[in-house]
Amino acid sequence: MKDLSRHISMRWLKPPIFLLCLVPLAHLVWMGFQQELGANPIQYIEHSTGTWALVGLCVTLTVTPLRRILNQNWLIRFRRMFGLFAFFYACLHLTTFIWLDEQFDYHAMIADIYKRPFITAGFTAFVLLVPLALTSTSGMIRRLGGRRWNMLHRLIYISIVAGVIHYYWLVKSDETVPLRFAGVAAVLLGYRILHYEVQRRKQRAAAAAKKDSRESVYSS
Amino acid sequence: MLIKKGSDILYSEITPKSVYMNRRKFLTGVAAATGAAAIGAGAASDLLKAPTVFADTTKLGPLAKSPFSTSEPQTPMQDVTHYNNYYEFGTDKDEPAKYSTKFVTSPWSVEVDGEVNKPRKFDIEELRKLAPLEERIYRHRCVEAWSIVVPWIGYSFNVLAKQVDPKPTAKFVAFQTYYDIKQMPLGPRAGIELPYVEGLRMDEAMNVLTLLTFGMYGETLPNQDGAPVRTVIPWKYGFKSIKSIVKIRFVKDMPPTTWNIANAHEYGFYSNVNPTVDHPRWSQATERRLDGSFFGKRIKTLMFNGYGDQVASMYAGMDLRKWY
Repeated sequence: MKDLSRHISMRWLKPPIFLLCLVPLAHLVWMGFQQELGANPIQYIEHSTGTWALVGLCVTLTVTPLRRILNQNWLIRFRRMFGLFAFFYACLHLTTFIWLDEQFDYHAMIADIYKRPFITAGFTAFVLLVPLALTSTSGMIRRLGGRRWNMLHRLIYISIVAGVIHYYWLVKSDETVPLRFAGVAAVLLGYRILHYEVQRRKQRAAAAAKKDSRESVYSS
Repeated sequence: MLIKKGSDILYSEITPKSVYMNRRKFLTGVAAATGAAAIGAGAASDLLKAPTVFADTTKLGPLAKSPFSTSEPQTPMQDVTHYNNYYEFGTDKDEPAKYSTKFVTSPWSVEVDGEVNKPRKFDIEELRKLAPLEERIYRHRCVEAWSIVVPWIGYSFNVLAKQVDPKPTAKFVAFQTYYDIKQMPLGPRAGIELPYVEGLRMDEAMNVLTLLTFGMYGETLPNQDGAPVRTVIPWKYGFKSIKSIVKIRFVKDMPPTTWNIANAHEYGFYSNVNPTVDHPRWSQATERRLDGSFFGKRIKTLMFNGYGDQVASMYAGMDLRKWY
């Protein structure tokens, strides 16, 4: 597929995409003012922000498969924005929990973190995103160096798994939506495993070819 | 159908009988309901946007006041009718209101049998008139840790029990909800086995607080709240208050209950409201009271939902951590 970045100006694409990522929040605020959040608004907000955090993680993880398969490298320029939005919605989700839901009852919340497995999973998913958000700047990429930065940012794989488990463990009986997220996450992570395997085989083949050519030089 | 013990009832035996409406009566009901539905449909489209209008509710009265009513602020009817757990009509909180609009609740009858001397079938109109209707403003506590205050309308279940004269062998009462995949197409995706069943120990069923409920907020029950007849057992988690009852059976042994079948580790037969016994996955020490204010209030949960005076003696000596 031809590189579309020749025809699309990145400068004009980023702002509307940015605004698009804000739409879930804007919609929530709008519904709040319209009294359309239902009988239990805190539950609704908590659920919505959590869902969009998971969606954000999935979108972030879709960038690399998409840019490789479609040969559109410019997509990488949106990855940081998507990742930070995932973190943003995760922050809103956690804030809703701490402030609106538990009303700063730290004693109860800390007990919840170690007593309730689903909260342990959720808290883990959030905590793993913090170093990623803090090292998201270009300056940080330079300071860490490409290799170390890439290794650190693989924490997102664990975060999304913890996030899906968090969701699966909190539903009472209808597991449909958490299982859908699990399916998407499985595909996105499965792609990485596949890609890694393919790369390894290529490297082994290249190493074997080099070995052969060296041997042929010495054996004649 | 030969029923030996309450616990021997298989779902395959109960289900065919539980579909009260045989085809002819159903069609007659549908024809009558279609007229109402035409009016209701216009109202139902309002339902999706703005509050109010339920296709079939009618006013109930006069209502006697009850000493068991609480004076706490009531939850707005709009919230109680648009935040429901009625999985037969969808598992999201707003789905029962949307998908139960065509549920036919008249004609309706309730079959009462089992270990009783006078088993019989009651027509809903007759059932509603068995005793003077009372307004009981109860706290209603969901296992999900939210609660509402609802002005229910009904009379104590023990009135119905005395009508059928239970034998000494009756130790428990089993209840069953209507289930019909045609009217409840989302039923198979509920994640729980249907038809929904519940049960009470005999003394719990005969307790004055156990309400055979026909209405709320001065009207008959809206479909999403369990029309046309349900129970309300205010000292237990809300899922014990079974909706849209079609069958009541007095039995010798502890009957199966749907949430216990779905997850015995989390939902026990008794499920008394108890802030000291947590749900395995979340705390039951507090609840969010939905009182119509934007955020509600997080309040401490009371033992037996605050109804200990009337019910605690039934559990004297019982380990409520074991019998959750």
